[in-house]
Amino acid sequence: MFRSIDVSCVVAYASNMNTVTRAHLAEHIYTQVGLSRNESADLLESVLERLAVALQAGDSVKISGFGTFSVRQKGRRIGRNPKTGVEVPILPRSVLVFRPSQVLKARVNGQEPGIEDDAG
Amino acid sequence: MTKSELIAELASANPHLLSRDIELIVSTVFDEITAALARGARVELRGFGAFTIKQRDARTGRNPRTGEAVAVGEKVVPFFKAGKELRERVNKRPTGRRA
Repeated sequence: MFRSIDVSCVVAYASNMNTVTRAHLAEHIYTQVGLSRNESADLLESVLERLAVALQAGDSVKISGFGTFSVRQKGRRIGRNPKTGVEVPILPRSVLVFRPSQVLKARVNGQEPGIEDDAG
Repeated sequence: MTKSELIAELASANPHLLSRDIELIVSTVFDEITAALARGARVELRGFGAFTIKQRDARTGRNPRTGEAVAVGEKVVPFFKAGKELRERVNKRPTGRRA
């Protein structure tokens, strides 16, 4: 039974190299840290859950070298159904925004981080 | 919350692990997301969100201090879109009035 789950993970891993999923990240934890595969997956989940709990409480989360997740309050505004043109009120809400750090921005542009950045 | 606070929280929730290992786990997660984006891949974490990159065309910017025109080359920017579950959790705080 466990074997079949493992096989499906490997297949998913190989079938789409352009999308990284929990399975890939857990696999990296497994090889880097030397915990069991199960525990690696659990720890990854705990990381994401801690982030979610902080954000849910309205806290911002700052990961140096990566970026900042913060919660922004949006006021009420009048929207429009683009298909019918009918005006509908959009209620006040909280949305999550992510601001990438200079380091992350440099990395995705193939630059060495730290050359022209001011803040991590 | 900062990265070190995140590590401290995880360490106290997992007393059987070395805090060095917790640190390595947290760094691995963010380093791998960074590496994936750097090679042009997307990272999709169901329920949490997806990290992708977006292409930005070259444009003529302006130095806000001098008003001088500056050429800004095309570039790629990292982007995060919150997943449905996280989006709803963030929006469901008791403080906000909801109809």
